[in-house]
Amino acid sequence: MNSLGFPILSLITFLPLVGVAFIATLRGDDEAVARNARWGALWVSLVVLALAVYLWVVFDPAQPGFEFVEAHSWLSGLGVQYRMGVDGISLFLILLSAFITPIAIVSSWSINKRVREFMIAFLLLDTMTIGMFCALDFVVFYVFFEAVLLPMYLIIGVWGGERRVYAAVKFFLFTLTGSLLMLLALVWMWRNAGTTDMVTLLHTPIPPQVQTWLFIAFLVSFGVKAAVWPLHTWLPDAYGEAPLPGTIMLAAVLSKMGSYGFLRFTVPMLPHASAVAAPLMFTLGVVAVIYVSLVALAQTDMKRMIAYSSVAHMGLIVVGIFTFTVEGIEGALLQMLSHGFIITGLFICVGVLLARGESMTLSKLGGLAVRMPVYATLLMLFALGSMGMPGTSGFVGEILVIVGAMKVNFWVSLLSATGMVLGAAYMLVLLRAVLFDKTARPSLDGLKDLSAVEFAMLVPLAMMVLWIGIYPTSFTHIFEAPVSAMVQAHFASLTPPLSVPPVSLAMVTK
Amino acid sequence: MSPLFPTLLPELALGLGGMALLMFGVLAKGNQFIACSLAAVALFAVTGVFVLLAPAGMVFGGLLTTTDFTRYADVLVLLGAAAALVLSLDYNQREDIARFEFPVLVVMAVLGMIVMISASDMMTLYLGFELQSLALYICAAFARDSLRSTEAGLKYFVLGALASGLLIYGISLVYGFAGTTNFAALAQELNASQGAGYGTVIGVVFVLVGIAFKISAAPFHMWTPDVYEGSPTPVTSLFGTAPKVAAMALLISVMVGPFGHLLSQWQMLIEILSIISMTIGALGAISQTNIKRLMAYSSIGHMGYALIGLAAGTEAGVQATLVYLAIYIVMSFGVFACIIAMRRKGQAVETIADLAGLSTQKPGYALALAVLLWSMAGIPPLSGFFSKLYVFAAAINVGLDTLAVVGVLTSVMAAYYYLRVIKVMYFDSGSPDFDQAAGGVRLVMLAGALATVFFVFIPGPLVSAAGAAARALMG
Repeated sequence: MNSLGFPILSLITFLPLVGVAFIATLRGDDEAVARNARWGALWVSLVVLALAVYLWVVFDPAQPGFEFVEAHSWLSGLGVQYRMGVDGISLFLILLSAFITPIAIVSSWSINKRVREFMIAFLLLDTMTIGMFCALDFVVFYVFFEAVLLPMYLIIGVWGGERRVYAAVKFFLFTLTGSLLMLLALVWMWRNAGTTDMVTLLHTPIPPQVQTWLFIAFLVSFGVKAAVWPLHTWLPDAYGEAPLPGTIMLAAVLSKMGSYGFLRFTVPMLPHASAVAAPLMFTLGVVAVIYVSLVALAQTDMKRMIAYSSVAHMGLIVVGIFTFTVEGIEGALLQMLSHGFIITGLFICVGVLLARGESMTLSKLGGLAVRMPVYATLLMLFALGSMGMPGTSGFVGEILVIVGAMKVNFWVSLLSATGMVLGAAYMLVLLRAVLFDKTARPSLDGLKDLSAVEFAMLVPLAMMVLWIGIYPTSFTHIFEAPVSAMVQAHFASLTPPLSVPPVSLAMVTK
Repeated sequence: MSPLFPTLLPELALGLGGMALLMFGVLAKGNQFIACSLAAVALFAVTGVFVLLAPAGMVFGGLLTTTDFTRYADVLVLLGAAAALVLSLDYNQREDIARFEFPVLVVMAVLGMIVMISASDMMTLYLGFELQSLALYICAAFARDSLRSTEAGLKYFVLGALASGLLIYGISLVYGFAGTTNFAALAQELNASQGAGYGTVIGVVFVLVGIAFKISAAPFHMWTPDVYEGSPTPVTSLFGTAPKVAAMALLISVMVGPFGHLLSQWQMLIEILSIISMTIGALGAISQTNIKRLMAYSSIGHMGYALIGLAAGTEAGVQATLVYLAIYIVMSFGVFACIIAMRRKGQAVETIADLAGLSTQKPGYALALAVLLWSMAGIPPLSGFFSKLYVFAAAINVGLDTLAVVGVLTSVMAAYYYLRVIKVMYFDSGSPDFDQAAGGVRLVMLAGALATVFFVFIPGPLVSAAGAAARALMG
């Protein structure tokens, strides 16, 4: 039991399941069921958010290591425990998913098809994502990590667009392949350390020769989730075809599962392989930033353009993580949060137009700055955040990553900075096309500005974007300790120049 | 040596009960199918209690043994057979094969299985094996007016007889070279002589092949798709559960018991069987359109995974296989309940395409089938994931990394075809218009799905029971 006297992490994780049970047992006519399912899901997700905020308040940043740790025996015979705990790194990701979920649920209000099932799938998704960030045991982590597939597969496949089936199956098979490779790595590390307790795993040295293999397994697994170039090809399909709330969860939360995996497993547990592979990761990240930004520039569809912008930002996060500098990793973390809020805002802006029956084709939109001034202001804010305007959250994250990269390699930082320029380019193209072009279409004149509900979704996001942008310290002071500990541990494990006993081939293959 | 009476009670109850049912069915007026079936289910329940109460020990001068291991396997067999009978209640009536002989045959088959599991001598092993097989041959051909069912029965009989022949030939070789048929004596003999001669090893291989036929491990799986497809569906569900457990338990107890010291000789064979089964199971199912054939390939694949634990040859490995079997039969009878519920205007339908649009018409049914299939694909947090985790962990712990890698790769391939069924149910449009399923069928479906979902919260009892069973065998 932890200092609070009650298992807060399990509560946050499994509370949505109570909502699932409630929604599953709703009776009445379709209309009533749909209404109650929506409100039920929203209330549950709001309670989860309140608990997550409470967690943030009572979290003690001065204390090193994991807090609110819970441990119960679980898989007997294997010695696997159900272990939960948070540190400064996972705390904000829990907050992020708890924050995004209610907004995504509100954005799904317009879904009229099989509402009950949709809300059940969504609450299951909430449980899986939060549980994954709380997990302190590798098996528990893996269960949550992979279980995300089930609700997401259905969300894309049942409520998606025209090519939903293709997108859903592609998403499932890509991520499943990655996860199963991680499963092999997991079992190997399990045998190596004799336990799956992540805290122990963090301190169990792994022979450098094996690290390469484990690194590849993790790279594929987390790289697919984080949509690292060139493992991102499922993403435009999935983002494009998923219903809006699904796209939001994919972009804002699920992609963070991948980058969280890099931070939690790859860098601290495989220091040698990470150090060796850093140039590769820089290359992948930089290619993502530049190439994908160019691809985004070439898009003619608003939703797809934003989807590609997401891949470009994930590239920057990868660069930040593999600098192994405090600035770079903190920048990556801030960028993870910032990207979560900004991309949600942008996708909701897309949804606002969709809800009004507008097309997503950029050339058919225009002049919304006059017709929908409030909408235009908020869209502008998120777009500026996405291109890294000072004062928004995007700036803080990007500048830290670039500073971190500068310490390691001038060219990496230069090329990443180019990404900011390209990001500005496509975002400005998007803004011009949507807000300022003088497209004359009668249907555009009839557009109404934001409704109260849409306003209520966008404003909290905008506030978060500004908060991180103006006063990032309220976030950085919490993950400063774990990040610097991670960086120190990384270099400590590298400095005694590889005095690891020689490993025979037999040990490697076994 | 234990007292005969309480130790042998389960076998006695089944044998006498089965004969009483037969007499009742013959002498009573009218069709007593329902009464006999319900009585048989009750008989299984009573036998289950006897199994749990029977003291550990040997009877008949070491011919039969009761241990935690046999108790575990017996309970699984009884569970699978009872589920199959519950599923048959409605189906057999609608298909006009509701004859009282069916439950009687199932009781006899179960008696054979229980004898097989408890056998601690090659002779009792063979006796149980044959009793089980003969009863099951008739079950496969039970819809005697159906061409497919007759063909299934005949095919099963011919190939099964071949398997029995191989088995008895193997037993005779082992007897000839080792000089005994008793398990304990064999173990001693094969240990004392520091390994075994070629003759014994060849005998062991034949025994292994004979049993591999029964668990439908590739490359001895040829009969499976046809028999699964042709037999009446409740019989298929029986084939998919109880005999698999019994034969696998037999394989385990023979391999780690009398032949335990020959691990280095048979380990490679089990590995090969496992790899081929997993691969055939994954590849063969991809092109299937009939869901019963799909399940046949799926069961081949699952037996491959279950064999991984045995290939490890450790206590943890046996435990993993036992956990795997328990989880597998629960998923399996759940899926077969879903297949039996596929019935449109009184006519049973069996193709995957018939499921199109099921999720809109019967969301609960579709969800149950989706959960079960996902679990078979090994997606957490469903029980099928944990069964795979246990066997992979057991394999990697003894350095059988190849098996784990192949297992993971075939899991991805297998996930594809399970996913296809789910895709048809959830994403394709259509109106299956299935009839309302009978209460018993829905009960089995629900039980299978719930057990699959909730295993993650309370894995302890099953896993420790399997642990005790493995200890009893190895320790």
